[in-house]
Amino acid sequence: MTSWIEIGALDDIPRLGSRVVRTPGGNIAVFRTESDEVFALDDRCPHKGGPLSQGIVHNKRVTCPLHNFVIELASGQAVAPDEGCTHTHPAKVENGIVWLSVRQAAAVS
Amino acid sequence: MLDKVTKQKLVVIGNGMAGIRTVEALLERAPDLYDITVFGSEPYGNYNRILLSPVLAGEKTVDDIMLNTVDWYEDNNITLRKGETINMIDRRTCEVVTEAGERVPYDRLLIATGSNPIMLPLPGKDLPGVIGFRDIYDVDRMIKASTDYRNAVVIGGGLLGLEAANGLMKRGMNVTVVHLLDTLMERQLDPVAGGLLRKSLEERGMVFKMPAQTQAILGEDRVTGVRFGDGTELAADLVVMAVGIRPNFELAKKAGLYCERGVVVSDTMQTYDGRIYAVGECVQHRRQTYGLVAPLFDQAKVCANHLAMKGFATYDGSVTSTKLKVTGIDLFSAGDFAPGPDKEEIVLQDANRGVYKRIILKDKKIVGAVLYGDTIDGPWYFQHLRDGTDVSHMRERLVFGAANLGDGGVSGQNSVAAMSDETEICGCNGVCKGAIVKAISEKKLFTLDDVRAHTKASSSCGSCTGLVEQVLAFTLGGDYSAAPKVKPLCKCTDHSHDDVRRVIVEQQLKTIPAVMRFMEWKTLNGCHSCRPALNYYLLATWPGEYRDDQQSRFINERVHANIQKDGTYSVVPRMWGGVTTPSELRAIADVAEKFNIPTVKVTGGQRIDLLGVKKEDLPAVWADLNDAGMVSGHAYAKGLRTVKTCVGSEWCRFGTQDSTGLGVKLEKFMWGSWTPAKVKLGVSGCPRNCAEATCKDVGVVCVDSGYEIHFAGAAGLHIKGTEFLTKVETEDETLEVIVALTQLYREEGWYLERMYKWCDRVGLEQIRKRVVDDVANRKALFGRFAHSQQFAQTDPWAERASRGVDRNEFAPLAELELA
Repeated sequence: MTSWIEIGALDDIPRLGSRVVRTPGGNIAVFRTESDEVFALDDRCPHKGGPLSQGIVHNKRVTCPLHNFVIELASGQAVAPDEGCTHTHPAKVENGIVWLSVRQAAAVS
Repeated sequence: MLDKVTKQKLVVIGNGMAGIRTVEALLERAPDLYDITVFGSEPYGNYNRILLSPVLAGEKTVDDIMLNTVDWYEDNNITLRKGETINMIDRRTCEVVTEAGERVPYDRLLIATGSNPIMLPLPGKDLPGVIGFRDIYDVDRMIKASTDYRNAVVIGGGLLGLEAANGLMKRGMNVTVVHLLDTLMERQLDPVAGGLLRKSLEERGMVFKMPAQTQAILGEDRVTGVRFGDGTELAADLVVMAVGIRPNFELAKKAGLYCERGVVVSDTMQTYDGRIYAVGECVQHRRQTYGLVAPLFDQAKVCANHLAMKGFATYDGSVTSTKLKVTGIDLFSAGDFAPGPDKEEIVLQDANRGVYKRIILKDKKIVGAVLYGDTIDGPWYFQHLRDGTDVSHMRERLVFGAANLGDGGVSGQNSVAAMSDETEICGCNGVCKGAIVKAISEKKLFTLDDVRAHTKASSSCGSCTGLVEQVLAFTLGGDYSAAPKVKPLCKCTDHSHDDVRRVIVEQQLKTIPAVMRFMEWKTLNGCHSCRPALNYYLLATWPGEYRDDQQSRFINERVHANIQKDGTYSVVPRMWGGVTTPSELRAIADVAEKFNIPTVKVTGGQRIDLLGVKKEDLPAVWADLNDAGMVSGHAYAKGLRTVKTCVGSEWCRFGTQDSTGLGVKLEKFMWGSWTPAKVKLGVSGCPRNCAEATCKDVGVVCVDSGYEIHFAGAAGLHIKGTEFLTKVETEDETLEVIVALTQLYREEGWYLERMYKWCDRVGLEQIRKRVVDDVANRKALFGRFAHSQQFAQTDPWAERASRGVDRNEFAPLAELELA
């Protein structure tokens, strides 16, 4: 069963931007797209561990600030021809509030 | 998604490289728009026709040169009808008619029928044993003949003929090449290079009969020999006609489409019937026909764009280069090398080394190049040729190539052919030659962009681009698709940097979405390449009006610090002209201790770097530095970085002027300005040049009688001394010239293009004219820079440390304590 945790207001995340949620298992990056969808990923690029939360968001993708790996926000997959995957966590918006469900297994650093 | 019933039907006639490249490009742009059917008369998938020569020579197999297997067509829902020929196009009913009489309807039609080898109308041309050199079938017949027979005659001493002759010779045949003229490959080579080529082919055992005209092919049941115009005869069991190709446009002509030497197409690759497109060797565009692969790819892109109904990119013709695919012979030719009254030549000839280079210049630009024996700089000359670079400033060293100009980065050290597979090509990403070659062959890569995407080579600093292009050329046999002449800003658009800058001004576009809408961006929000570029262009064009878009800034410029490999940041406070005080140093020491900053390092730009600062500590670190009177050093910015100075006349016994004071003055005036790429200044107090001003973006060398202003230097990826711009008498004039120069660069430079690259592209004289000679223009440039500084000179650290700007950026959204 999914247990949802309230993490803040949608307006506190910039459009085409990201904020970090700290957890004991490592940081989770919460992204907001232009159309106000939210996605949550471990804040680690599958390439060299770069903080994805610091990258440029475009459409439903983010570019890692360290070496320009491009990651799909929905799946955590690196865009071909790059390879690799970052764990995703369910996230949703209800009435302007962002909810996150942390997958414990995935959050292990 | 549209289903099959409602989809438009695209029929492609011709299953060769041009047609399928168009289909591939179309699928990238609009995967679901058409229901696609491809007719090909050959019984194969699509293969790389350029590589038939290596197959003939036994260096590659047919499988090696397959580009699209039958599975590919299935995977992409394309109906491939191989081995089927189209006999007629019925334009009235919009149908094509197959050989068997079946009628297949189309909404759009693409003609890519390629070309046929020219078969000379000689007596005996239809005898068994007389063949052309065009497809796998021809190659199979030649290979078969080489096992059964001994003597071959190749008619035609052009590219194709020599490659055929080489292949047959490698298969053990005695080969004589018959050529009508006295220069081999006369379309690509001048007589000297042609002579060198002939000599080295003769050393390998090839025999030439030239100039000679073939009069008849002899034989009754099978070819037995050839008779020439002078009456002599030569025995032959195999005759290969390789005198050229002729665009295959019979079908189009029969359908009433306007044809001359090929199907005539517009800049959007449409024939006179707007529903019918044509690409490849069968077309005639602006009176040109092409038989090489690079133009086909350019055409395919434009055609696909139009078919996908995405904008209207146009094809403006191609400049082509050629490399002979005979292993062990290095030969390169590009552009126009016929002598002419308005052309100048630079020639280097070293007969013993077997090296010949001829560069042809016109109006200070390279218009042609012929290289023999040492072709390493071929791509480099070709790049300058296509870019139309003004090469007058490097003219005296031009013939020695990129390495001698310090323009090639690490390239030019070695011929890639001689490198071992373990040789590192891309130092940034650690990619060696073997990995690139493997990716090219296994993944069927054709372009520099493909190689960048798949291997990461040349995708970071780009200084190995020349080498990677050489590896491509070497692996593909030379005829790879060079990067297009006008580079699009990024993959999200076909427009160039210049187009975008021009349209922003003309159309008064003032936001990133407005630019993307107006210029029909192909992606929703652009990408990490174009967004920062657009943000800069808007900022530079509309100072005070445009609102800086933080989400389009690279992280370093968003948080005003430099991200490090572990996700921490480094902080560099400004030290004006490299001058500091005990109290500033004390404050830096206190900050370093207070925040447990692990590394404190002196930078090359005469300042101090605090490394390993946690992001959430940044505002507090800045607050302490601000309190001691220090501001951001913009060490992270595409903007003014440092002004390096020596102590000058204030202390130094050799100093001629107050270089430190001038440096501080420049830095105080120019700090905070955003530029296309970083800008570093240097001011030296005398020609001993202790501030190393002559390898900076802008450098001042003080002399007793005034100030020499230099610019366009670099000491990073490339080492390049500055160009001398002008000499002035006062500090104020120095400031005015440097500021005006920087403003011109701000207005014209492409994003991420360093000042020396901009100067290379625009030309030193052009810049000098507008910054030095035209005083009114200089003052106007200065005025625009000064205006923009009103809005730029706010310390970004103070805003964030004490005024709460971007507070959310530095704090986590939430902290969770999970059970």
